[in-house]
Amino acid sequence: MNPSNPQPKRQKQRKVLLMGKSGAGKSSMRSIVFSNYVAKDVRRLGATIDVEHSNIKFMGNLMLNLWDCGGQDGFMEHYLTRQREHVFGSVTVLIFVFDIESREFPADVINYSNIVRALEECSPSAKIFCLVHKMDLVQAQLRERLFVERSEYIRAASEGFKGAVEFFATSIWDQSLYKAWTQIIYYLIPNASTIETLLRQLGEVIDAREIILYERTTCLMVTHVTRGEEDRNPFTDRFERVSSILKTHKQSMAKHTGMPATSANFAEMHVKTGRFMFFITRLTENTNLAAVIPPSEQIFNAARLNILLARHKFAELDIASKPRMDMSQA
Amino acid sequence: TGRLPNSKQGDGKPRLLLMGQRRSGKSSISSVVFHKMPPSETLYLETTTRITKDQMHSFMDFQVWDFPGHLDYFDPAFDVDNIFGEIGALVWVIDAQDEYLDAINRLNTTILNLQQHYPSINVEVFVHKVDGLSEDYKSDTFRDIIQRVQDELSDNGYENAPVSFYQTSIYDHSIFEAFSKVIQKLIPQLPTLESLLNSLCSTCRIEKAYLFDVLSKIYIATDTSPTDIGSYEICSDYIDVIVDISEIYGWDRSNPDAQKTGDSSAQDVSGDSGNDDAESLITMEKKGSNYLYLREINKYLALICIMSEDSPTEKKALVDYNVSIFQEALQKVFQR
Ligand SMILES: Nc1nc2c(ncn2[C@@H]2O[C@H](COP(=O)(O)OP(=O)(O)OP(=O)(O)O)[C@@H](O)[C@H]2O)c(=O)[nH]1
Ligand SMILES: Nc1nc2c(ncn2[C@@H]2O[C@H](COP(=O)(O)OP(=O)(O)O)[C@@H](O)[C@H]2O)c(=O)[nH]1
Ligand SMILES: [Mg+2]
Repeated sequence: MNPSNPQPKRQKQRKVLLMGKSGAGKSSMRSIVFSNYVAKDVRRLGATIDVEHSNIKFMGNLMLNLWDCGGQDGFMEHYLTRQREHVFGSVTVLIFVFDIESREFPADVINYSNIVRALEECSPSAKIFCLVHKMDLVQAQLRERLFVERSEYIRAASEGFKGAVEFFATSIWDQSLYKAWTQIIYYLIPNASTIETLLRQLGEVIDAREIILYERTTCLMVTHVTRGEEDRNPFTDRFERVSSILKTHKQSMAKHTGMPATSANFAEMHVKTGRFMFFITRLTENTNLAAVIPPSEQIFNAARLNILLARHKFAELDIASKPRMDMSQA
Repeated sequence: TGRLPNSKQGDGKPRLLLMGQRRSGKSSISSVVFHKMPPSETLYLETTTRITKDQMHSFMDFQVWDFPGHLDYFDPAFDVDNIFGEIGALVWVIDAQDEYLDAINRLNTTILNLQQHYPSINVEVFVHKVDGLSEDYKSDTFRDIIQRVQDELSDNGYENAPVSFYQTSIYDHSIFEAFSKVIQKLIPQLPTLESLLNSLCSTCRIEKAYLFDVLSKIYIATDTSPTDIGSYEICSDYIDVIVDISEIYGWDRSNPDAQKTGDSSAQDVSGDSGNDDAESLITMEKKGSNYLYLREINKYLALICIMSEDSPTEKKALVDYNVSIFQEALQKVFQR
C-alpha cells in the first residue's frame, strides 16, 4: 500500500440492508445516527412502507446506500420472493435488528434465518451485524445475561455466517447505539489503515495521549490512536461516549438557538483541566479531530498549529481510497 | 409563632420537603435531580414508605426530605416542629396526568395549616409530569390548579401566602429550572451574586451568565437580564459535556492500578486534585453565532457565559481576567 500514490477518485458504493421485524427500531436508529433526531423524536416515526433508501456520503468517497426495509410481514414475504435478487444482491452489510421485548423471539429468529439464507445465496461475502435492541427496557442487572443468551440462540441460526456474525446490545437511549454503528462503519471504511498510519504520525508530533477521528455529521468515530499510559484509561467505552456527547451537544445548540441541526457545528471546543487538555476541531471536510494532551498551554498551542498544518494530508485521504475490504474478502 | 426565615435552630441546613400524593413523582424527582438517575429508570422506583432524608453537600448544605404519599403531617402524633421548624421550602408535587382534585384539597389544607404556624415557609407547587400533555391541556390544567389554590387562599384571607407554581417534568430541563428557582429563594447572598454577575456581564459584554451548581445542574444565580429557558438549557447541556469529558479523561494517572471499572469518579468533576480550575470554550462554525465559555469557580460552582458576535480569541484575555476577579469576590461570599 502506498498512501501517497494518487488514486482515481472513484466513489465506493456500499449497500447496507437494515432489517428486522416491524417496530424493532430500525428507522429510529437510522434517524438518530444519520438524520439528527434525538431519542425522544422517534416516537413520531410511522411504520416504514416497503424500503426507504438513503444515500449517506461518509468520509469523502464512501457512499452508504442504506436500505431501511419495512418489517411488516407482507413486505418481508416480498423481499424473500419476488424481490429476492433485487434486495439481497450485492450487499456489503446486513444489519438485523431484534427487539428484546418481542414476545415471539423464536419466530423472529426463524424469519432471520430465512433472510440469512437469501443473503448467503445472493451475497455470500456479506457481513452480518445483529443488534439486540431496546436494551433499556431490561433491568440493568439482567441485561448482560439476556444478551448473551439471545446472541447464542441467534448465532446458531446464522447458517454459513455462524462464525462471523457480530452482536451488539443497543438502545437509542444511551451510547450503545454509537458503539454498534462505529464498528459497522469501521468495517465499511475502505482506507482505515492508511488513516491510522497518518494519525499515529500526527500523534507523535503533537505528543498526544490520544487522538480520535470523528465523522462530522454523524459524530461516529472513524478510528483512533491511543498512546502511552492512556491505554490504561478505565473508560473503555469512551469513544462512543464522546460520540454521543458531541451529538447531544450539537442537538442542544440546534434546538435552543433555532439553527438547523445540520449547521449547528462547532468550530472548536476545548476543555482544559489540571489533569488533561482536550480539544476537538475540524480536520477535513468530513471529519473532526479530537486530541487529548497533557495539561500544558505550550503543548496545546503547538498541537493546534500542527493539526492545522496536517490538514491537507488528511484532505487527500478523505477522497483517496484503498479497497481494504475487497481484498480481505477475496 | 412564625419565625424569621434566618433565625436558625438545629443544624441550620435549609430543608426541601417533597410532598404530594402517592405516585405523583416525588422520589423520581429527587432521584433525577439529586442522584443523576436517568429519567427512564424511575419506572423501577419502589413506593416510598418512610421519610427519606438526603443530605446534599454543595455550595451550601441542604437536606431533601422525601415523604411517603399517605402521611398526615398534621397528625398530632407527628413532630411537626421537627419537620417545619427549619427554614426551607415545601415542594408539593401534583401529578398533572392524574385526577388532581384530592391532591389540591390536601395541598390547600396544608397551606392553611402552614400559614397559621409557619408562615415563612415557601410553598412551591410542582405541576408535574407535563411531558405527556398537549400544549392546550397543559396550560389549562396549570391555570385550573393555580385558580383552585388561590381561591381557597383568598377565601381564608391568605392572598399573600408565599406560594408559587411551576410546570415540571423529569424528562426535560423543567424540573431543574424549577429547583433552581426554589433554591435561589433560600440563598441569602442572592442579591450580591446577581450584582457581581451583572457587573461581569457589562464589563465583558457577556450576553448571559449563570452560576451553576455543577453536580445538580441547578443554577444558583444569573445576571438580571431577562432569562429564557433556552439559554438555561444550553448552559445546562454544556455542563454535561464538560462533566462527561472530564470524567472520561480526568482519571487518576498517578495510580498504577487505575485499571478498575470506571465509574463513581464523577464527583471529581474537574480538578480539585489538579492545580488549575477547569476551563472550556466552544466556538461555533457559523459566523455570528453565540459561543460558550465555562470556568470552574470552586469545588461546587461553575460560571457559564453565553457570548456573541465578537471574536472570542481577542476577548479571551479580558474575560479570563474579569472572571478571576469575579472568582475572588465570590470566595468572600461563599467561604468554602
Ligand atoms: N425503549 C426503546 N424504544 C425504542 C428503541 N428504539 C426504538 N424504540 C421505539 O420502537 C418503536 C418502533 O420504532 P421504528 O424505528 O419505527 O421501528 P421499525 O423497525 O422501523 O419498524 P418498521 O418500519 O415497521 O419495520 C418506536 O415507538 C420507538 O420509539 C429503544 O432503544 N428503546
Ligand atoms: N411521564 C412522566 N412520568 C413521571 C415523571 N416523574 C415521575 N414519573 C413516573 O411516575 C411514577 C411514580 O413516581 P414516584 O417517584 O415513585 O412517585 P412517589 O410515590 O411520589 O415517590 C414513576 O413510574 C415515574 O417514572 C414525569 O415527569 N413524567
Ligand atoms: Mg421503520
